[in-house]
Amino acid sequence: MSSDTGKILTTDGIPLEESLKQAEKKNKIKAFLLVAPLLLFLIITYMIPIGDMFSRSIDDKMVTNMLPKTYKAMEKWDGKELPPEEVFEAFYLDYKILVKNKTAGKLQTQLNYEKNGFKSVLKKLARKQKKFEEGNYKEQIMKVHKRWRNVEYWRAIKRRAPSYTYSKYLKGIDMYSNEDGKIVQVSEDRRIHRILWIRTVEVAFFVTLFCFLMAYPIAHLLATLPMKYSNLLMICVLLPFWTSLLVRTASWMILLQQQGIVNDFFVWTGLVADDNRPEMMYNKTGTYVAMTQILLPFMVLPLYSVMKTISPSLMRAGKSLGATPAVAFFKVYFPLTIPGIGAGCLLVFILAIGYYITPALVGGASGTLISNQIAYHMKSTLDWSFASAMGLMLLTGVLVIYWIYNKLVGVDNIKLG
Amino acid sequence: MSKKVDFVKFDKVDKSYDGKVLVVKDLNLDIEEGEFVTMLGPSGSGKTTCLMMLAGFETPTNGEIFLDNNPISNIPPHKRGIGMVFQNYALFPHMTVFENLAFPLKVRKMSQEDIEKKVDKALAMVSLGGFANRMPGQLSGGQQQRVAVARALVFDPAVVLMDEPLGALDKNLRESMQYEIKHIHESIGVTVVYVTHDQGEALTMSNRIAVFNDGKVQQLSSPDKLYEEPVNSFVAEFIGENNTFGGEVSEISNGTCKVKLEKGEIIANPISVKSVGEKTTVSIRPERALINPKDKMDNNQKGKIEEVIYHGDHTRVRLNLLGNSEFILKVPNSSQNLDIKLGNEINIGWNSHDARALDPK
Repeated sequence: MSSDTGKILTTDGIPLEESLKQAEKKNKIKAFLLVAPLLLFLIITYMIPIGDMFSRSIDDKMVTNMLPKTYKAMEKWDGKELPPEEVFEAFYLDYKILVKNKTAGKLQTQLNYEKNGFKSVLKKLARKQKKFEEGNYKEQIMKVHKRWRNVEYWRAIKRRAPSYTYSKYLKGIDMYSNEDGKIVQVSEDRRIHRILWIRTVEVAFFVTLFCFLMAYPIAHLLATLPMKYSNLLMICVLLPFWTSLLVRTASWMILLQQQGIVNDFFVWTGLVADDNRPEMMYNKTGTYVAMTQILLPFMVLPLYSVMKTISPSLMRAGKSLGATPAVAFFKVYFPLTIPGIGAGCLLVFILAIGYYITPALVGGASGTLISNQIAYHMKSTLDWSFASAMGLMLLTGVLVIYWIYNKLVGVDNIKLG
Repeated sequence: MSKKVDFVKFDKVDKSYDGKVLVVKDLNLDIEEGEFVTMLGPSGSGKTTCLMMLAGFETPTNGEIFLDNNPISNIPPHKRGIGMVFQNYALFPHMTVFENLAFPLKVRKMSQEDIEKKVDKALAMVSLGGFANRMPGQLSGGQQQRVAVARALVFDPAVVLMDEPLGALDKNLRESMQYEIKHIHESIGVTVVYVTHDQGEALTMSNRIAVFNDGKVQQLSSPDKLYEEPVNSFVAEFIGENNTFGGEVSEISNGTCKVKLEKGEIIANPISVKSVGEKTTVSIRPERALINPKDKMDNNQKGKIEEVIYHGDHTRVRLNLLGNSEFILKVPNSSQNLDIKLGNEINIGWNSHDARALDPK
């Protein structure tokens, strides 16, 4: 019965909505508790590291924290002419503490990034500042080195004032912010990252294409063969999946190297001369071959699961209606496999774009990808903020691809099984 | 134009999938132009295999199939011009109803104008005029079925094959679709080869029925003949209900024979028995045996009522008669004067003509 206000009541007179909420509450709590461990796990292992990576990539607090008084004094300075006395005084006081704590070296390195030649100037100041007298610090500092009279150096300090910076991102695409604050490209011989980005996308694209071309017939065979044979074939597809990635990559190294099995075979058949063995490893070829093989199951499985659901009578219907096998395939069968193709391609492309071990082992100089560069900065140069920035750029790239895919095909069209 | 008697012809067709077992054995079948022929049989009897051979999805292991006097074994399915309605409709799920129907016309490179005309006509035929832009997934089972029928007919094929097309529909819908398909067949006069395991469907729709069992056609005749005059005990058993007595022929004379049972003796119509001493199964339709017959019938027996089941329009009575405790009678509910009660003994009579002495089981 509904009351005067239009609210529907249960037999006991409680509003229906409330009663429903009450009844469903337990189930909701149960459902939440069931997913809570995974949610927690994802937050700890996924969201927090990404957040940390992001803050690290834009973090520039070091200089800011080392020169607190200077930056406070610099707030009023417009940067056109030499700063006033207060700034010199503040800088002297800040720097004095750094020298005393023996942390001046860090500041010297950081400021040298900003302006070449800053290091020697600062070192000299570190030596001379002990004899400074009180008052008129501007004169005293300018006497230490003539570069202190150059406003450029003071501007360099001021540029490091904000505690956040996007310079690592610019570096990731071979650009930097110059002394005037303009964003420009680095000189041509130092543009290495852009080549890597392009190569990464190129490798990911072709690996996806090769995987698709090879997986489609396999998946079709898997879906149409009688159970007896399809199980065996399925094991063949999955077998590499169960083998360690490292072992598979290593076996490709054995196969592809210049004195390797494939080359031996070519020589034996007379295809190539013994002294002219082609290089199939430590270049892009090796990366393509190994990555295609390793990522193949990720294309086969979604394709297979979609093809399995397509009734064979559809192709028969197409043929009985007068379509040649080819027409029936392209008009009937192929469109129905698009969800699988989308899922497979997206999966393989995203995996390929961040692939690390295989290109590192078989890629050589011309076959390394952006992920290898990230690892290099993580392990060798210890420039973690730069590695974080590139990692985030990669992540953003993947999200953009996902977004484009959603616009073109629609994510709800993806079918993994 | 006279109708060709052997428009579709199976000539000594054998089919084996594994080289060991024949699923179709020495099949000879002529189908007249414009005829509605049903292949009826239990599952695994080879009927669908025959249909698939005719459609071109399976090749005969031996023998030849002729369509309008042309051998078609070497013609691929898409060149046979045979329409087909599949068990699960096989509508293209990514195309609208219109596109589904236009598909056979498009691959035949018809003009857009002709396509639209033909599709509209075909949709009107199955009374789905307003559904052209729906996707198959948005239609009910019965509507999908009609679309499938329309699609198989839209390109004017000489023969339409239907492979248990009504199997997935509920009972009422199935019955109304049976009439609908029958009417479509009558109005356009296309040759239809229909496969089903549902005898009711076969009896309702067909001009002739081929009863399949064990890879062979057991009997090919019109529905009434099939029911009234089954030629062997499989057909008698498979079509309709049937009371049987196993026995031995003790005497044959002028079109009747005496069959000796374990208990008693009945006079029967010798269909497939030739000589005294042969084993036989006598088959009697439930409605041919009467309770307390007024006219003189040459078989008269007493039976004890063991079960009475009310069926609305009739009552089924199970009797113990001549040692057969599964003897079924169908009593119309209008004849209330009869003394049908559990445990009663009643008189049962039937004509020897209706007791068909067939091959032993």
